[in-house]
Amino acid sequence: MAEPLHNTPKDKAERVISRGYAYLVLAFLVAPLLVIVPLSFNAEPYFTFTTKMLTLDPDGFSFRWYRDIVENPQWLEAIGNSLVIALASTFLATVLGTLAAVGLARSNMPFRDFFMALLISPLVVPIVIAAAGMYFFYSSVGLAQSHLGIILAHTTLGVPFVVITMTATLSGFDRNLIKAAGSLGADPITAFFRVTLPLVAPGMISGALFAFAASFDEVVTVLFLGGPEQRTIPRQMWSGIREQISPTILAVATLLIIFSSLLLLAVEMLRRWHAPHAQLPKR
Amino acid sequence: MGRTTGIIIAAAAAIVILAGALLLMLGRGSEKAVNELDKELTDLQLPDADGSTPAVATDAPGAAAALAGQSLVVVSWGGAYTKSQIEAYHKPFTAKTAAKINSIDYNGGIAEIKAQVEAKNVTWDVVDMELADAQRACDEGLLEKIDAGVLPAAPDGTPAVQDFIPNGITPCAVTTIVFSHVVAYDETKFEAKKPSKLADFFDLKTFPGKRGLRKTSPKINLELALRADGVAPEKVYETLATKEGVSRAFKKLDTIKDSVIWWEPGSQPPQLLASGEVTMTTAYNGRIFDAQIGEGKPFKIIWDGQIQELDVLGVVKGTKNLSAALQFVAFATDTQRLADQAQWIAYGPARRSSLPLVGTYHSKPDVDMKVHMPNAPENSTNALQIDFLWWADHQEELNQRWSAWLAK
Amino acid sequence: MTTETTSLAEQFKRSGKNARRGTFLLVLPLLAFLTITFFLPIFNMLNRSIEDATIADNLPRSADALRSWNGKGRPPFSAIAALADDLARAHREGTIGRIATRLNFERPGMRSLLMKTARVASTFEPPYAQAFNAVDLQWSDPEVWGALRHASASYTSGYYIAAFDETRKADGTRVPRAEEEQVYVMLFQRTLWVAFLVTALCFVLGYPLAYFISQQDEKTRHLLLILVLLPFWTSLLVRTTSWIALLQTNGILNDGLAFFGGDGARLDLMHNMNGTLIAMTHILLPFMILPTYSVMLSVPPALTRAAVSLGATPWTAFWRVYFPMTLPGAAAGGLLVFILALGYYITPTLVGGRSGQLISNMIQFHMQTSLNWGLAAALGGILLAIVTVLYIVYARVIGLNRLRLG
Repeated sequence: MAEPLHNTPKDKAERVISRGYAYLVLAFLVAPLLVIVPLSFNAEPYFTFTTKMLTLDPDGFSFRWYRDIVENPQWLEAIGNSLVIALASTFLATVLGTLAAVGLARSNMPFRDFFMALLISPLVVPIVIAAAGMYFFYSSVGLAQSHLGIILAHTTLGVPFVVITMTATLSGFDRNLIKAAGSLGADPITAFFRVTLPLVAPGMISGALFAFAASFDEVVTVLFLGGPEQRTIPRQMWSGIREQISPTILAVATLLIIFSSLLLLAVEMLRRWHAPHAQLPKR
Repeated sequence: MGRTTGIIIAAAAAIVILAGALLLMLGRGSEKAVNELDKELTDLQLPDADGSTPAVATDAPGAAAALAGQSLVVVSWGGAYTKSQIEAYHKPFTAKTAAKINSIDYNGGIAEIKAQVEAKNVTWDVVDMELADAQRACDEGLLEKIDAGVLPAAPDGTPAVQDFIPNGITPCAVTTIVFSHVVAYDETKFEAKKPSKLADFFDLKTFPGKRGLRKTSPKINLELALRADGVAPEKVYETLATKEGVSRAFKKLDTIKDSVIWWEPGSQPPQLLASGEVTMTTAYNGRIFDAQIGEGKPFKIIWDGQIQELDVLGVVKGTKNLSAALQFVAFATDTQRLADQAQWIAYGPARRSSLPLVGTYHSKPDVDMKVHMPNAPENSTNALQIDFLWWADHQEELNQRWSAWLAK
Repeated sequence: MTTETTSLAEQFKRSGKNARRGTFLLVLPLLAFLTITFFLPIFNMLNRSIEDATIADNLPRSADALRSWNGKGRPPFSAIAALADDLARAHREGTIGRIATRLNFERPGMRSLLMKTARVASTFEPPYAQAFNAVDLQWSDPEVWGALRHASASYTSGYYIAAFDETRKADGTRVPRAEEEQVYVMLFQRTLWVAFLVTALCFVLGYPLAYFISQQDEKTRHLLLILVLLPFWTSLLVRTTSWIALLQTNGILNDGLAFFGGDGARLDLMHNMNGTLIAMTHILLPFMILPTYSVMLSVPPALTRAAVSLGATPWTAFWRVYFPMTLPGAAAGGLLVFILALGYYITPTLVGGRSGQLISNMIQFHMQTSLNWGLAAALGGILLAIVTVLYIVYARVIGLNRLRLG
């Protein structure tokens, strides 16, 4: 790290400043998330630290807001709905997105950039416009206020993540491997399952996790398309923030932070696992 | 690889076809539902005058469980108000008819109803609305007509039409309560001088702090501004009918615009007061009552310049549960139900026959509900009644200016 | 021999074609899916900004008669008579509310006029012009009839004109709206300005952090990167909730300030533009850091060292060698942040109060509250056009393969 060429006091000061600045920005990124974790154990119905909490008095802390989640049928229903919708849309997005990515990664794909741009566009189209369009269209075919409608909407929003991760994975994938497998006597199906799949699986799983997270967090299409039967976790949080601010939301938020940390760690581990494999053909 | 590709494509095609088939089926399904609805509408009989004989259950053994298996979506304003309705209307209705009631919250207005009716996607059955909105929805053909004959008479036999307060029954709506838009403040925030009149709401110097105002509609806010600006109750709508009058109201609101936190759900104003986000706010009087009496908060209501309005039940046009919805409306607006509701929240019942039955707060027998009612004589010395017909015609015009004013 | 080679060449060609078709077939399912669930719905919605047959369908005879009028002088008598008849029928059939609402979009004030007139239209007798004027003198204003005439066409540019804060006179000349009704141009400007500010903030915060991370050893790099990615993976609503807890008047930050400076030290951090800016920057920052960082990793450290050994100061070496090389990463991140910021909806709604609202909030308002779907579509069309142009720039200049998620 230390560069022997420049080690004047001025350089040192500069390094300290740049390190301090970097840690401040990191704190800006992470601190807001960490701050709500202790708040969710507040014994009082407030969004801020009480004196008891600051003096670490055990009376200032409680699990009441977590009990609230478990005892409230609306939250339980929301968790169920979110899981069903996220799993279904993840499945659809992964299948459709992986297929398309396999196509897009091939050198003979006509108008590759154009199609790629189209398939990723749900990521950049303002969500209100997409949700408004879906609202009219899904209402006219009877899909509004149904789980299926929201699953389809979330699939569209999840697809770009799968396509992006998969094309990135496949661009490092050597097609000669399949030919090699073929020449060694493997039939195409065996080659697919024994060679292709293990190589692209990590990318596929991280794409799927992205799509899952996208659906699990999505609220605007639910607001436009969903009915009373389609309350999801974000929908509950939305009305909680707007209507009845209680630390229950902080408790849910804390659980979601833990959940997303797990997803993130899973993706990072996949990346590590994947990295040496992807370089295999180049060796 | 060729075969693999084939397999993958076949699988994908199967999924797409499956999705397509599902789409089609669902499309058909809704068509079928509409056809059935048409049939139901033509077959419809209204319940008898006493509201107890269900129209659809001619072969049912008794009134109990007459609507078993049916469920109604009843939409209201959430929080303490919905709670009072669940206790007074929903639970006894379910006990009597076995119909399940699904309660949903909204923040007023007719947009959601209109969107449902126009998109032919009606999922709400009964909606609790402000009378002016109900009138507008009725004009637009968004509500079913309700025959006053289906409403039960008072216990002493007085027919419903005479039992209800004036404007209590309109073609599409039956009134449940009289409520009031009031200004409320947190006592602990003003130590020396406490606000006492409507004009104090606009006096940021003497009474510093943020103000809360309802965001959803120019209604109430424009009246409030004019009243605070010195316009007498009987002159308010005359003034608003001119462009200059509307500008005068907006100008008055401009004086506090930068200090306003805008609220939408009725549960928000007491929370804004409790969290200290605002020191004074407009609110529905019942919500402040709930915070004062129910939760023991140090809030005070300024009854001066209160704006009274009627809250009604309406039935959404094209609901699949028309008969059950009408039964619910008739049941919920009978003498006993309206009196029961007044045990839970400080809103005045819309039937004269309910008034003598109004007692004390459900959990605190020492709290006499009558003195907390907006139409109690000592509270309504300087009150304004909302002109619901005026608003039915002018709301949309003023909405445009209101949203532009808010965004700037 | 020759025949064999041609057939072989043909075979190659054909198999190439087949393979291309096969490749396209792989993309087709998703393309078809998105077309049905995404592209068509958006196209249909945008269509509402130019197509509106409410008046043509519900006041058919007057619409016909008014279409033949050029908007100059008085409207033809046939149109006035037809309107009396159409209004009476609309009142009877309960369609008057819809008609009045549509006309009110064209000209504020038309709704109450129409409702009032329709209630008595069945009693109208010739001469009809007088009958209309007897109800309300506004009917003698040609502009009222002009609004009717403009709304009579099944295809209208009125919503786009309204989206630019303008309106049409009876003869079709465009004039600015009354000042208290002008709002959309300002909102588009505000949205662009917020997107720009957020991008700038993300750059100022993100670039140094990305640089700092890229200079660490591998283990630290991974750890710090996970800290950057954690908010990226955390639910948007969770992050917005935590900002509410931090920023509100009695929130954590203000409680801290009040502890040192008394209650007077509390700042308005939420329910205004500050809230929107802070929360949006937090949410979009990882989109800036990640591409910048991955470009920085690919810059060989020897380069700056070489520049320094050739006599450049570290500062010059950084600005003349390192910065230009990492700029593509920052540009990729910046453009993406800008595009995403343009469409932000949830954050401004929850923490932006009144003055922190963006164009998406207005589109949602017209979609779900005022139900002026034509105007919502027009505003959405303009926003989508801006986003599309920037997206094409991104795809062409930066390349979609730079889109990386972590």
